[in-house]
Amino acid sequence: MRLEYFQLIDRIVEIDLPGRKISSEAAVPAESTIFEGHFPGYPLMPGVLLIETMAQTAGWLVVAANGFKRMPFLAAVKDAKLRNFVKPNQVLKVEATLEHEGSGYAVTKARITLKGEAVCDAAITFRVLDFPNAHMEAMMREWAARIGFPSEQVGADG
Amino acid sequence: MSTTFDTIADIIAETCDIPRDTIKPESHAINDLGIDSLDFLDIAFAIDKAFGIKLPLEQWTQEVNEGKATTDQYFVLQNLCTRIDELVAAKGA
Repeated sequence: MRLEYFQLIDRIVEIDLPGRKISSEAAVPAESTIFEGHFPGYPLMPGVLLIETMAQTAGWLVVAANGFKRMPFLAAVKDAKLRNFVKPNQVLKVEATLEHEGSGYAVTKARITLKGEAVCDAAITFRVLDFPNAHMEAMMREWAARIGFPSEQVGADG
Repeated sequence: MSTTFDTIADIIAETCDIPRDTIKPESHAINDLGIDSLDFLDIAFAIDKAFGIKLPLEQWTQEVNEGKATTDQYFVLQNLCTRIDELVAAKGA
């Protein structure tokens, strides 16, 4: 996780477009100023960041489903359940499925597990829009390369 | 068998917590029922699922923005029902 950049996925493990699913890995850092406040003497990964971790994973699936031609923006988080604490140094498995591709929106479901144990889950909806500008698209492609987004596999090259 | 209107009125009532008996064929989803664009995504999702179609929301929005159509054509419920019926018929053709 690059908490300071709000980039929470370390690695895309797999994108299965026919199966409309993705899995990724996110390692919680050992130290962060976030843990100094949340909570002093008892560091826990904030639930909102776990939700964001699910949203980013599901978002990359939407990017893949759109051939890297469009950008998902978080629109709704429903039925979010935070089932277990997450502590520094733990490595999370994040999974998401694409439930529906509408016109200008996408509906996904996502969950995080830790060594097979449920951590959290939610239904996440995105608005899907054209990239607002070329710079953002380029930055997204850089980010994608860093986390192993399979551009060639999903037909998303340049 | 419920009509297209009954189905979408039930969806709107459940999705937006609007009393079912206030939802009429002549109701405008935005102007009369106060449904915003985010809530309409939920409605569109439920309609897409219920009818096995994909409401072309982006195309409609573009047509309205370009002045080629009015919101009444798509968001007055009886007109929305007509669009849905057309999409269902096109799917089966």
